[in-house]
Amino acid sequence: MTDSPIIIRHLNHWFGKGEASKQALFDISLSIAPGSLTVLMGPSGSGKTTVLTLMGCLREVMDGSILLLGEELHGAGPKRLEALRREVGFIFQAHNLHESLTARQNVMMGLEVHGRGNAQARQRAIEHMLALLGLEHRIDYLPGSLSGGQKQRVAIARALVSGPKIIFADEPTAALDKESGLQVVTLLKALGRERGTTTVMVTHDNRIVDLADRILVMEEGRLISDTKTVQKPAIV
Amino acid sequence: MSYILGKLFGRLPIGWLQLRHNPARLAAALAGVAFANMLVFVQLGILGVLNGTIKTSYDPIVSDIMISSYDSNTLTEGSSVSRRLLFRALSVPGISAAAPLYMGKLDWKRADGNTVNLMVYALPIEAGSFAGPQVQPALARLTPSDHVLIDRSIRGVDPQELAGVTQQTPYRFEVQDRTVTAVGTLGVGAGFSADGVIFASDQTFLSLFPKRIGGTPSHILLQVEDKKAIPALVAQLREMLKDEPVLVRSTADAIADDVRYQTTERPTGVIFGFGVFMGVLVGIVIVYQVLSTDVADHLKEYATLKAMGYPQRFFFGIVLEEALVLGLLGFVPGFLLSNLVYGFLSGVTALPVEMNLQRAVMVLVGTLAASVISGTLATRRLNGADPADLF
Repeated sequence: MTDSPIIIRHLNHWFGKGEASKQALFDISLSIAPGSLTVLMGPSGSGKTTVLTLMGCLREVMDGSILLLGEELHGAGPKRLEALRREVGFIFQAHNLHESLTARQNVMMGLEVHGRGNAQARQRAIEHMLALLGLEHRIDYLPGSLSGGQKQRVAIARALVSGPKIIFADEPTAALDKESGLQVVTLLKALGRERGTTTVMVTHDNRIVDLADRILVMEEGRLISDTKTVQKPAIV
Repeated sequence: MSYILGKLFGRLPIGWLQLRHNPARLAAALAGVAFANMLVFVQLGILGVLNGTIKTSYDPIVSDIMISSYDSNTLTEGSSVSRRLLFRALSVPGISAAAPLYMGKLDWKRADGNTVNLMVYALPIEAGSFAGPQVQPALARLTPSDHVLIDRSIRGVDPQELAGVTQQTPYRFEVQDRTVTAVGTLGVGAGFSADGVIFASDQTFLSLFPKRIGGTPSHILLQVEDKKAIPALVAQLREMLKDEPVLVRSTADAIADDVRYQTTERPTGVIFGFGVFMGVLVGIVIVYQVLSTDVADHLKEYATLKAMGYPQRFFFGIVLEEALVLGLLGFVPGFLLSNLVYGFLSGVTALPVEMNLQRAVMVLVGTLAASVISGTLATRRLNGADPADLF
């Protein structure tokens, strides 16, 4: 797919209703190249997370247009958004793993959302995914007995296991120390490149910026800077 | 367990895994369900005994239609009726026989200082066809004055003491300042209104109860030629006796009325019926509490799964899975515990409190239904899981 997986046109968004309504996004337009790692930066309250949740089908688009994998999100109903969410992967600031489920079962949740399948093939896919992330010896551990970095890697495995075309990550390294943070993003980028996955990541973390293909900076609901770095995405 | 549930649902049994992950909460929930089950079982057990003893109180007699006093709610309560109605009833074609039944309660002061409450049933010796199968063969032995049949299992009396009572080895005891001779036994057992029964001739009855007279029996028993004609005969008798202060009912209806009165209008029945309701309520509240806390604790995880595209019904499924698992697992200790309590109650009250399959199945189905109600209530909290809040 050489078409841009995400195209945003004149996106505006408001929070609150009536008198208390406050505009959060002002006329955002951008399109993201397939297979790239795009970093969205900016101070708190600049609207970057709002953009991410709109692209990720977690909020309804009020004004403007978002084309996600060729589908218009403006006017899409909750059922349609729910179905589209199954086509993308999410990585959250907190790992948000289910504490009662082992690493294997947590990753399984990323597959089961697509319905039933061949049980053995699934187990192999899960084990392969966890091994890629260096967790082959932690497959049947509960999150409670994993380190922060390991948990975040399980969360990445959960997001990637079903082979989504787009990954949305919200400060995936915020809860990690420098070393495991860098490790996590390097892995995410390597896997993305290998599979042609487009990654959009919100971060405050300057260390990650070096790895990005493109850096977008937001302030007060507006896109104020757009830098493509020298590292070009493989496919474009 | 996980494997079975996984196969059953075709997905990870998240509900069960969640419950298992918090053993303290699981134990509390199961204890709650078991306790509620036990409450319900005990109440139903006692209600069952009440029903059972009401029915067995009619065992010593055989009749198709009963004429009872207008205020007669049960077999043993109510005013007496006039014996002349017996002759009027006999004049109705289709009525083959009639007999007066005399009933009264007396205290048996025992040598150990305890007092035992006995219900006395009395029929004329010649009315053998009105005596129950246990009594009929022995009725002729009751001809001598003060000869009676005594209950084998009287509450407060060692069964050994009465086990060997026969015509050859009679048992003499004193009631109402008279010496009474038991020349045989019958088995009715303790109920809610008396500790046991004795059966006597009408003559013995009248000497035991000097204030009663032969002209006013407690009930008039009728037998018919054709059982199919009972409803028509009841209607005819009602018409004929409409100016008398009496109730004319088929014996089956009289028993049904007795059961209904004692289980729904008497405090005893009402209290136990209310106890069942309370047990169910306690169960629902406990399971609801546990499930809604569990949902609240997992809102973040549910929101994550929602963000991943899981539909709302998936979360309903988790909560209902938890509810059913709790109901099913809690029922097992509840059932076992109830059997123990039944044994204990039978021992203490001399009432036959027993488990039966029908009741066990009924309580199990009720438990699962109550669990589903709790689960459904608890799912309302799921609306708090908004994936947009995760960022």
